[in-house]
Amino acid sequence: MKATSAVVTGAAHGALLLFMIFLVFPLVWMVSTSFKPTQEIFSGIVSLLPETTSLEHYRTVFQEQKILSSMVNSFYVGIFSTVLVVLIALPGAYALARYSTRWNNVALGWILGSQIFPVILVLIPLYLLLRMMFLTDSLVGLTLVYVVWDLPFVLWMLHGYVRSIPVEIEEAATIDGATRGQIIFRILGPLLLPAIGASVLFAFVSAWNEFFFALVLMKSPDLMTLQVELARFTGMEGQARTGPLAAASVLATVPSVLLFGFLQKWFASGLVAGAVKN
Amino acid sequence: MNKRSQNRRTGGQLKLLLPALIPVFLLSLFPLLRGVYLGFTDYRLGETIRFNGLDNYARMLHDVYFWQSFQVGFIWTIVVTAGQVLLGLCLALLLHRKMRFTSIYSTLMLVPWAMPPIIRGIVWRQVYDPDTGILNALLVRSGLIHQNINWLSSFEYVIPAVIVAGIWGEIPKAAVFLLAGLQAIPDDLYEAARIDGAGVWKEFTRITLPMLAPVMAAVVSLSFMWNFNTFGIVWVLTQGGPGGLTRLPMLAAYEEAFRYGYVGYAAAIGNVMVVIISIVLFGYLRVQLKENRS
Repeated sequence: MKATSAVVTGAAHGALLLFMIFLVFPLVWMVSTSFKPTQEIFSGIVSLLPETTSLEHYRTVFQEQKILSSMVNSFYVGIFSTVLVVLIALPGAYALARYSTRWNNVALGWILGSQIFPVILVLIPLYLLLRMMFLTDSLVGLTLVYVVWDLPFVLWMLHGYVRSIPVEIEEAATIDGATRGQIIFRILGPLLLPAIGASVLFAFVSAWNEFFFALVLMKSPDLMTLQVELARFTGMEGQARTGPLAAASVLATVPSVLLFGFLQKWFASGLVAGAVKN
Repeated sequence: MNKRSQNRRTGGQLKLLLPALIPVFLLSLFPLLRGVYLGFTDYRLGETIRFNGLDNYARMLHDVYFWQSFQVGFIWTIVVTAGQVLLGLCLALLLHRKMRFTSIYSTLMLVPWAMPPIIRGIVWRQVYDPDTGILNALLVRSGLIHQNINWLSSFEYVIPAVIVAGIWGEIPKAAVFLLAGLQAIPDDLYEAARIDGAGVWKEFTRITLPMLAPVMAAVVSLSFMWNFNTFGIVWVLTQGGPGGLTRLPMLAAYEEAFRYGYVGYAAAIGNVMVVIISIVLFGYLRVQLKENRS
């Protein structure tokens, strides 16, 4: 009995290891490529670790005007859409959590319903609408689109947190003469900091990672976001740019990895289980 | 509570929700409804919008490219969904055993999910690269092939190649949900089964699978929806090529609208996608309701 269980455990470890190699290997390979000098990439030698480590590709990325400016654009859109979405969602989340009226069902219906529709159906008319307002090929337009796109999720996430805060805190503040706005931003705001932190990360990363809207809405080369620029990079210039592309991809992955490091705790705590059961 | 105070409450709530509602109506709901409508028009960029009833859908019946894209769309969606759920289930079962290093593994497995979709495509492009890619290098070295294969432009290999990359990116999602589902199964069920002398396989088929069914149904139908709507990773890998072989429905709709200017037709493709996704969702809800009743 003991021997078989040792075999089973060994097999399980082996299987897990295979899974991890499959799942992690492509990223490891990309990181390794990003540190290999150009000749080594094309030398036909396959090695996981670079024989000579070089930062030339990272240097290229920061000297390359296009990639650098696309990163700045992505930052701009990410930060502004994040700030806006949190400012808009906070009162909305409060309203959903503290009053229960038919609007709650409407909001929930919308949050779920919006999942069904393929982006293309929203994108075409949105493109026409923004073009009418001269907001296509504009970072302002793209920012607005991301605000709306992230809103349902952030609203839902914050609303769950507001609910978990006892109403008595607000009642005390009301007696002291605080207005609704003061209650939301001054009193609940600090209590909600962890949730706001999560929303900020979520909104920033989803704007940073987004591709489809940016591909359609942005036309000028100097207004491109990072993801679109990187996708263009693979198409036109081909493999000669393998090294710089790997370096830029590694940099582009950093914010998302940070977000997941943060969300890890939630996965562990079984928040997902609750979400599925509902 | 009387009617008047009820109205006042709704009003107060509405005022707070307004900053969120206005942009959602303007930039999300209104465009969406308009998008559905455009699917019944012959609108081309720059021309006037004319309602043409079901003409777009009649055109689809004879449109070889439409059929091709939905065919590959179904193959992609079904194989990727099946692959991610089966492999995700294996991974979740392994992680549920609570051995050493499990917590490191469950962090590491998130890696593909944590990468932006475009980067997932770029990573696999580098793996599949005919000259510098690791896949060819390994296969040549081990003697399995003698000549480098151009995976992403070969009619034979492109669909499997793209599907493998797709499954790779989606495994973590399935594994996370299924692991949460496994952890929600009460331990005493297993203890009871052990006392009755049930073996591992019996435990799996009699307890684990039935208890996991609701989560499984949710994962399968959500994954189906997400995979059917895939755009980014395939766009980076193949742009729909070679010869339109990997032109998923989203890529087809994108090209119709923004490459050829057939906006109305593209919206019609979107409408067909909504119908298909709704059928899947409806099926899921029926399963779920039956589950709740029994």
